[in-house]
Amino acid sequence: MSDANNRALGAYRSNFLKEVEANVEEGHWVKMCMQCGVCAGSCPLGPHWQHSPQKIFMMIRAGKRDEVLTSDSMWMCTSCYNCIVRCPRKLPITHIMHGLANYAHRLGLAPKGQPTREIAKLFWDNLVKTGRVNELKFSLAMYFKDGFGQGIKNAMAMQGVGLGLVKAKRLNPLELLGGHGCKDKAGIHKMVAKAREIEDRRKGLA
Amino acid sequence: MTASIATSQTILVVGGGISGMTAALEAAECGKQVILAEKTPTLGGRTAQLYRYFPKMCHPTCGLEINLKRIKGNPNVRVMAMTQVVEVTGSRGNYAVTLKVSPRYVTENCTACGKCGEAVTAEVPDAFNYGLGKVKAAYLPHAMAYPQRYVLDPSIVATPEGEKAKAACPVGAVDLGMSEETVEINVGAIVWATGWRPYDAAKIQPYGYDRFANVITSVEFERLADPHGPTGGKLLRPSDGKEAKNIAFIQCAGSRDENHLRHCSRICCMASLKQTQYVREACGDEGKSTIYYIDIRAIDRFEDFYQKVQADPTVSFVKSKVARIALNEANDNPILHGVDTEGYHRYATEHDLVVLAVGMEPEVTGVRLPDDIIVDSSLFIEGSKDGGMFGAGAASSPLDVNRAVQSATAASLRAIQVIHKTASTEAA
Repeated sequence: MSDANNRALGAYRSNFLKEVEANVEEGHWVKMCMQCGVCAGSCPLGPHWQHSPQKIFMMIRAGKRDEVLTSDSMWMCTSCYNCIVRCPRKLPITHIMHGLANYAHRLGLAPKGQPTREIAKLFWDNLVKTGRVNELKFSLAMYFKDGFGQGIKNAMAMQGVGLGLVKAKRLNPLELLGGHGCKDKAGIHKMVAKAREIEDRRKGLA
Repeated sequence: MTASIATSQTILVVGGGISGMTAALEAAECGKQVILAEKTPTLGGRTAQLYRYFPKMCHPTCGLEINLKRIKGNPNVRVMAMTQVVEVTGSRGNYAVTLKVSPRYVTENCTACGKCGEAVTAEVPDAFNYGLGKVKAAYLPHAMAYPQRYVLDPSIVATPEGEKAKAACPVGAVDLGMSEETVEINVGAIVWATGWRPYDAAKIQPYGYDRFANVITSVEFERLADPHGPTGGKLLRPSDGKEAKNIAFIQCAGSRDENHLRHCSRICCMASLKQTQYVREACGDEGKSTIYYIDIRAIDRFEDFYQKVQADPTVSFVKSKVARIALNEANDNPILHGVDTEGYHRYATEHDLVVLAVGMEPEVTGVRLPDDIIVDSSLFIEGSKDGGMFGAGAASSPLDVNRAVQSATAASLRAIQVIHKTASTEAA
């Protein structure tokens, strides 16, 4: 358990709904859910979730903190926005799912090895390094996330696509050596650090 | 500030449904002069299109008959059918109203013998049955129509069909030369009893009302159940005319939904509970009704009726708003997809027929009302800034018949107060 998690536990004790409202992006909408079930029934990945959005909202209100934050359900959201479009109460369900996932991640409770989470982490690290996404490095990092042997296998399987992209000048092999980036990298790093500091202070994560 | 002086003692009631009839009668029976303007060719409104009332399961014809008798016997009410309000100017106590009277092509001489209907072959969609069937283009709107006079559909007037109707009439009541008239009147107060209309179910895209024949609305189901309806009271499904036995009712179809109607339409829960009893009446123990709901809103004494329906073994309840409807192409059965709230079970359930309990929206949605009228966020009429116009019945709020009548009586009293107060000021 992280320090941030212990602090949140201390601050909100048994009131998980309050915690979600304060710390999760769009979390103040959770209390508006009227449990009609349209989001659950409309989700194209519905049958593959352990807990549907409808159920997660009820679990939050029932104070099932560990079950919600350690669940991989909200990581299954593909942002298709079907639920947002149909929700009779106009809850921004997709955004709440992402907010919950992010909060669980920041508290260190999100499930280890969950593919969406791993890819999101790789993407973020890749992006903030230079201020630009290095697609070659990002793809390779994805291939090799499950070990060296699996990485070689993945790379071999995708080599046709890769060569095609190189030929069409959509992929520059030289990107492997440093690659392009913003002019003021140090400035970007400072900006991201400051934003993180402000967010952490507001949500009691630091 | 002195109260405005009513230069006109007349009350205008707009809309001749159960609310408008009530408001007009209450004022007329207090001795006030009333003009009752109705857009369609007959009084009765949507109440006349119901098969039975909840919770007593009696027939609306009964109450309508009493009201019609009161109207016929009261010289203070002047009924103007096929009449619409075009413009209202002036203020409390002294409104100038422009009315547009559409041609009926049949005069007061009509005896409703029906010869014109027999003579004519052209047919038009039957508005009384929500377009589920067709009627002859010379028709009586429904059995209890008032005025009890035939109407010619404008589409046949300038054709040989119109001449046929004229030739068939034994009393010379068909007048093909009638044209639209404009009438100016002065009134002291106006009661807007413009009523409601069912929400356009096709707008609820996931339910496929416009794509699937066997997805119908609750108002259409009323007509199916009525022995005077298009199927003679048999619950026949539109796709193949087979008897529907396994029927689903979807609540809040349009209501309580920020994407459609943000208000609760109040009547739909009771209407569906009532309609399960139509299924029982038609199919006995063979019938099966399933109500898909968010929560059942059966208020006050209606709770008894809800409990009675709950005890009926042919009726089951699924706590879930259906997410979408798909089609079983082999048999045209709608398949309902969703997740229930009592255990979060995913279901895909097939039914013979799906009835959408559609919400009520004000009939005047999309119509330009006088600037002075105050409406709420769902466009129901609250009143007017100058206090001389009032909403009544379902025009003022989604109400069942019983509450609409109460609301109409209240509105009538307020209209009388306007006339009375201003009249007494004048006298002083």
